[in-house]
Amino acid sequence: MDAEIRFTLNGKSVIFIGNPLRRLVDVLREDFGMLGVKEGCGEGECGACSVIKDGKLVTSCIIPVGSVDGSEIMTIEGLREKEEGKCLIDAFADGGAVQCGFCIPGMVLASYVLLRSNPHPTEDEIRLAISGNICRCTGYDLIVESIMLAAKRGEELWTK
Amino acid sequence: MARISIDDDVRRNDAIEKASGLARYASDYFFPDMLYARMLRSKAPRGKIRKIQTPVLPYGYYFISAKDIPENGRNALHMISEDWRCFADGDVRYVGETIGLFVGPERSVLESLERNTYVEIEEEEPAISIDDAINVKGGPILEKDDVFCQLYCQKGRDMDEVFGEADKIIEETFETGFQEHVHLETNGAVITKEGEKYVLYISCQCPFYVRKSISIVIGAKDEDIVVRQSTTGGAFGGKEHFPDVLAGPLLVAEYVIGKPIKLIFDRREDMLYSVKRHPSKIWYKSAIKDGKLTGVKGKIYYNAGAYLSSSYVVLQRGVFHANGVYDIPSTYLEGFGMATNTFPSCAFRGFGAPQTLFAIEMHLTHIARRIGVDPVEFKRSMFLKKGSETVTNGHIVENVVLGSMLDDIATASDYWRKSREYGYGSGRGIGMSFYNHGGAFTGNGEQAIIKAHARLKKTGERVTIEVGSTEMGQGFQTTLRKIAAAVLEIPMENVDYPNPDTSVVPDSGPTAASRSTMIVGRLIERCAVEMKERWGEGDFSVEKEYEHPDGHPWDQSTFRGDAYLGYGWGACCVELEVDKRTNEVKVVGIWSSHDIGKAIDEKIVHGQINGGIIQSLGYASMEKMENKNGHFRQESMSDYVIPTSMDFPKQEYFLEDNPYEWGPFGAKGMGELVFNGADAAYVDALERALGVETFKIPLPSEDIEEALRKNGR
Ligand code: FES
Ligand code: FES
Repeated sequence: MDAEIRFTLNGKSVIFIGNPLRRLVDVLREDFGMLGVKEGCGEGECGACSVIKDGKLVTSCIIPVGSVDGSEIMTIEGLREKEEGKCLIDAFADGGAVQCGFCIPGMVLASYVLLRSNPHPTEDEIRLAISGNICRCTGYDLIVESIMLAAKRGEELWTK
Repeated sequence: MARISIDDDVRRNDAIEKASGLARYASDYFFPDMLYARMLRSKAPRGKIRKIQTPVLPYGYYFISAKDIPENGRNALHMISEDWRCFADGDVRYVGETIGLFVGPERSVLESLERNTYVEIEEEEPAISIDDAINVKGGPILEKDDVFCQLYCQKGRDMDEVFGEADKIIEETFETGFQEHVHLETNGAVITKEGEKYVLYISCQCPFYVRKSISIVIGAKDEDIVVRQSTTGGAFGGKEHFPDVLAGPLLVAEYVIGKPIKLIFDRREDMLYSVKRHPSKIWYKSAIKDGKLTGVKGKIYYNAGAYLSSSYVVLQRGVFHANGVYDIPSTYLEGFGMATNTFPSCAFRGFGAPQTLFAIEMHLTHIARRIGVDPVEFKRSMFLKKGSETVTNGHIVENVVLGSMLDDIATASDYWRKSREYGYGSGRGIGMSFYNHGGAFTGNGEQAIIKAHARLKKTGERVTIEVGSTEMGQGFQTTLRKIAAAVLEIPMENVDYPNPDTSVVPDSGPTAASRSTMIVGRLIERCAVEMKERWGEGDFSVEKEYEHPDGHPWDQSTFRGDAYLGYGWGACCVELEVDKRTNEVKVVGIWSSHDIGKAIDEKIVHGQINGGIIQSLGYASMEKMENKNGHFRQESMSDYVIPTSMDFPKQEYFLEDNPYEWGPFGAKGMGELVFNGADAAYVDALERALGVETFKIPLPSEDIEEALRKNGR
């Protein structure tokens, strides 16, 4: 049965009419063209499909679109337009964090959520914050360093 | 914009696009009227197909199988030879073999069609393990036995004499398991038609391999098929030949249907039904006289699975690396590629070398301990040097600096003190390993088989790199742009290197075998040198063909001579602690040193080292993939666990500057090298911490218990 789901997507109000059980990842990618949301596992294990729902990092492959009614959703498409997003993306590029790139949009979103709540994280805190985001390429060191770099460069961005 | 020099710190050209979510991977391609495809696969490892009964197909849905291959086509994928079938026909040889392809507009309908198809298979007894294949369980898979391929090589004196003179003989058998690539992007492709041409957008390492492999299926000419590599989300060898297995059936479907068709594996399919690293069983028998190793005999078995694909080449590399980085006076090494009814094994970073390198490292470590010397001292005394004879009777042509690499990581890790102080079985351990990796194709393959081409095209002030090599995350687009820009003395921003399209670029050979920088990088360097001289001529192109360096004799029929043009070298040290109650292992330090000639871009190299070492540590510790009766038992990322950011600590690394004559700016290959040794360092450290000898990887916590029991602890 079709349902009408209203939510905010990257700052704009949107309406989805359709099966409320469809996975959020599919709706975001196929109905709203948010192709930066990647599917790596489809079972909540890898974090490639991460989006931010009401300020929290969630894996969009295991939540039905019906559950985001009234929520605010931010994907990489939204974050990349914000100063914080630009700061993170630049730091990832300068820090050598990106290899195949498939995990990276999710990593950037996870980093954003971390730095918003903890602008001066330690290495261990960073490792914990991205532990739900799997990367097969980098071995994580340069991702961790890039997040440190973003914390340092962004300073007031993260504390404002 | 500044001119660039090779040592400048640069940004990868693809970083911003990827981090912003703008890069287009295979699943991100959409076309009007696009259909989806889903594979129907064998559920039995071996047997005769008696019946295939699909449900009644709704309007607009298709079932494509061997019967749809046109008369002038062949039911084969041409990988290295034509052996792997496009569709199973008459019989099945492994669980997951493609039987057919459902095609239609709705994925949920395709799923239910697949689920409700009845395939009757008269099952036969399968051979699954290497031992099954040796015993020809269930009758021969091939004509008379289960041996796909075999080879041997011999160096030094007669082995009977060597063993006759020995005062100690040590014999051991090692086993290594399957390893799944888990590139974060699963396999996928989209096919469409442009005029009379078939166009594939595909996640792959080798667009020209795909083209050659599938054109025969519909009896087309290579030029009728255009392969465009989509941004590839990791590959590690898993997208060297395997994309053909998606592309072949898709091409037949396209031939029949003529609409855009998309086939993307979900993670479960990618886990259960894709190629893996070859499991191995490796037996060594060593002769020791007066505390010195005088000879090694080895028998090396690799489980190739149901089709040969690249296994013979993988096996060769395994045998050629079977004595590690050591000059052992007399050796006799035999290799066997065994046919079984498991999913075919294929390329995976290291390509056969990691298995034997692991085994020889552990074997020598065990020998050293039994004769009462520090394993690192024992190994150091046997390091290969310039001029040393290799196991294939060739010679090492470069300066080998393993000694100073060892010293660097020993100092950084405080190895000597820790090695003395951490008692055997104390719960703490430090281990070290040494390894190498032969660059590029075996022997004269680059000259005899590949004959790579590369082209530089100048348009105004801009230069375009036209090569068939692919970016899959390893940073090659940046590396190559940097080489071209540095030679031309122009800004890197002025050099373009789009993803290859087989109708535009020349064939530069596969993106594999750690050959890209060394071979294709060198070609582009040569193109750029000429372009620079002629810069004032306006718009023009320069194309170069591979030239083989002199003085590398090789006989491919006897496997004698210089197996490789040069080697990358590595040393790795791992320190860990084991919780004796739970057998949980905590790695507390990782140090490595590598000689890759010269790093074209240190940050890219740094990322490769980190990633390769973590994959190797995953291989040694947690990545367990079991096969029961032909079925893989791990089907998701929660069953088959790969390292997270919490599993291993930050690494410290060193690089040797040791320029290689034939590489661009002195560089050699390195993508695989960095995978080849951390596993053995980890297990060495683990054995010291536990106070036991072990003989297999992976060794997850639950298997440590078993190792302890076997050692009576
Ligand atoms: S795709 Fe959602 S967590 Fe992996
Ligand atoms: S960069 Fe490839 S998975 Fe992270």
